[in-house]
Amino acid sequence: MRKKILGVLLSTTMVAGMLSACGSAAEAPAATETPAATEAPAAEAPAADAAAEAPAADAAAETPAADEGKVLNISAWNEEFKSRLTDHYPGYEVVDGTTGKIGDVTVNWLITPNEENAYQNRLDELLLAQDSAAADDKVDLFLVEADYAVKYTDTDYTMPIKDLGITDDELKDQYTYTQDVVTDSNGVLKGTSWQGCPGVMIYNREIAKEVFGTDEPAEIQAKFSDWDKFFESAGELDKAGYDVISSTADTFRVYQNNAKLPWVNGTQIQVDDNLKKWVEDSKKLADAGYCNTWGQWGEDWNKGFYPEGKVFAYFGPAWLIDFCMAADVDGSVAHDGGWAATEGPQGFYWGGTWICAAAGTDNPSLVADIMRKMTMDPAVMKDIVLKDNDFVNNRPVMEELANDPSYQNAVLGGQNPLKMFCAGADNIDMANLTAYDQGLLGDFQTAMGDYINGNYATYDEALEQFYTLALQRYPELTR
Amino acid sequence: MDKNKSTKANHNVVKFNRWGYIFLIPFFVTYIIFSLIPLFSTIYNSFFENYRSGLKQIGPNFVGGANYVNLLTTPEIWKYLGNTLIMWVGGFIPQIVIALLLAYWFSDPSLRLKGQRFFKTVIYMPNLIMASAFSMLFFALFSDSGPVNQILLSLGAIKEPFKFFQFVGASRILVMLMNFLMWFGNTTILLMAGMLGIDSSLYEAAQVDGATASQVFFKITMPILRPIFIYVLITSLIGGLQMFDVPQILTNGRGNPMDALTTVIMLLNRYLTSKDVGRGGALSVFLFVVTGILSLVVFRINSSKEKN
Repeated sequence: MRKKILGVLLSTTMVAGMLSACGSAAEAPAATETPAATEAPAAEAPAADAAAEAPAADAAAETPAADEGKVLNISAWNEEFKSRLTDHYPGYEVVDGTTGKIGDVTVNWLITPNEENAYQNRLDELLLAQDSAAADDKVDLFLVEADYAVKYTDTDYTMPIKDLGITDDELKDQYTYTQDVVTDSNGVLKGTSWQGCPGVMIYNREIAKEVFGTDEPAEIQAKFSDWDKFFESAGELDKAGYDVISSTADTFRVYQNNAKLPWVNGTQIQVDDNLKKWVEDSKKLADAGYCNTWGQWGEDWNKGFYPEGKVFAYFGPAWLIDFCMAADVDGSVAHDGGWAATEGPQGFYWGGTWICAAAGTDNPSLVADIMRKMTMDPAVMKDIVLKDNDFVNNRPVMEELANDPSYQNAVLGGQNPLKMFCAGADNIDMANLTAYDQGLLGDFQTAMGDYINGNYATYDEALEQFYTLALQRYPELTR
Repeated sequence: MDKNKSTKANHNVVKFNRWGYIFLIPFFVTYIIFSLIPLFSTIYNSFFENYRSGLKQIGPNFVGGANYVNLLTTPEIWKYLGNTLIMWVGGFIPQIVIALLLAYWFSDPSLRLKGQRFFKTVIYMPNLIMASAFSMLFFALFSDSGPVNQILLSLGAIKEPFKFFQFVGASRILVMLMNFLMWFGNTTILLMAGMLGIDSSLYEAAQVDGATASQVFFKITMPILRPIFIYVLITSLIGGLQMFDVPQILTNGRGNPMDALTTVIMLLNRYLTSKDVGRGGALSVFLFVVTGILSLVVFRINSSKEKN
């Protein structure tokens, strides 16, 4: 008994000793932290000064001010903007995979893939820590997509474009919809983009010739001008052994952009009738065996980029043609210029990348200069179209090229699709954006995918599942 | 004099014991910092509404048991718990059967198996691959145009690709298969360690008495192996309830088809979009309680047998 008491006593003293040791251990780093914490605001002060001064100092300055930060941090989810900057921004030098140089400023790329929200998770943490980060660690530029732009632009973490010294006059050539996306709820513009993303139906010329006897865009358009004709023509393609589209997911954006209701009204989730139509039409297509149901970007989905894939069409904007369709791979349809473009059943947009300046940046004039060069300078933007076939966010440049017979898109077999894109860009309406779009449209497709595959018996069951997933993701929403 | 001696001996024991306690310090320190404090803070946080709406922090506001009520009244949590248990049991049964068999063969000297070392290494191999890499591999193997479908097509076994990931049964079986492949080697080694510890004179005595091989297995090996067996069962149960990486990577976090592959921990991961510490805490505590109850049940069942 006495031994036991002794044991208990000893172990308690041990634990107590350890706790105190632990306590002092915990204190020690805290003590060393304090100077760092006091340092941070000090380091921040000049940065804040610079931010306040820069626009006033010289808004029209071509080169970044010498007294600004030496590190420019750019947060992105893929290499697209990096390759644009490398190819088109004067004076950008590549150092290695994740760094570059502009003059004596080091450009540091913070690239995190989009998968499972990883990009936003990291960006959130970076922005929330922006105030306490050292000047060189602050995010200066970050990229957003339309699906979640509101989440960032409607906060103070994003800097108004005007505060960078950029005037309305410089922005007048941009397409209005690209500005609507990054305008916050008070009407303040908080970002800018170099591209416009009106989408078209991109079809395989060989298959068109074989099945419909022609690959002329106007005649193909007549066969796909609305969803009923689309379904009929899909039947013809099916008889010849071709899938009309790779996956039912391909047409989702087309239906979604033509929806009348935003995803969320106040805090209530709402599902537009056009989305229900997507589900019904897709179910019809899949049940008839006219196309598959796999997710986009997978290996199965990509098959149609090659002749053996036997896929007639994809829906997408200029960046899909240029950036995704394996144009540089031998034997792909794109490599041989085997695609053509037409409007398809309905106009739509898909994607697009906006650049935003993070509040608290220590390189405001360099940030402003990148925005000016990449999204407002007609010469640079024209160059982007000619080199990369992107659709740039500059109306005069695009209209000039649309009417230029010498402009040809090699992937589209020499077709000039720009007139189509220009008409599309003018019709895009971005009034329906909410901060929840990305999560909700992903969950909607997940739930409905199961219905289209026949795992749920009814649309209502699948809708129930959509609400379940949505409320797991966003506790503040209601059904 | 005598008394004096004994106290001195006692004193020496205490002195030696002290070293034991000192050597335990690193464990307790890490345990308290990385397990005990997080455990209590999880319980504490589960009583708050605390999440982010976009970049805006909501809370923390004290809401009492609201998180638990919400969690336990939604049908999904029970569905996910069911998914988890189904996929665990489906993987565990073949795992324990094969592991028992292999361990028995490996530890039976009369079989004189050749190349034991080689096979012991090989069966452990799958465990060395990261679960995420393993499930990426399976995803590629069993995709619609993947090698498995191509082999089946060229053998004429099927007319068109079988879409493994569109059927609840097929995709669950893939998860079970992966868990089985990854863990049966580990279980074999644990069971084998237990079997090798059994006194060989018992086997010899049984042989002399004319016991059959199955009698030896069920009357000698299994009863003596029971403590190890319980250990394997409970650790596997705890690991199984926390199943995450294989289905997460295989379905890209969506738990497709029909949410039938979503495990409890995958739900926890979904709360990350909104950094929902409150609901996440409640879910973790729930899982903690469930694990505790199930472990107790397993333990009770086995120890009551022992009394008989």
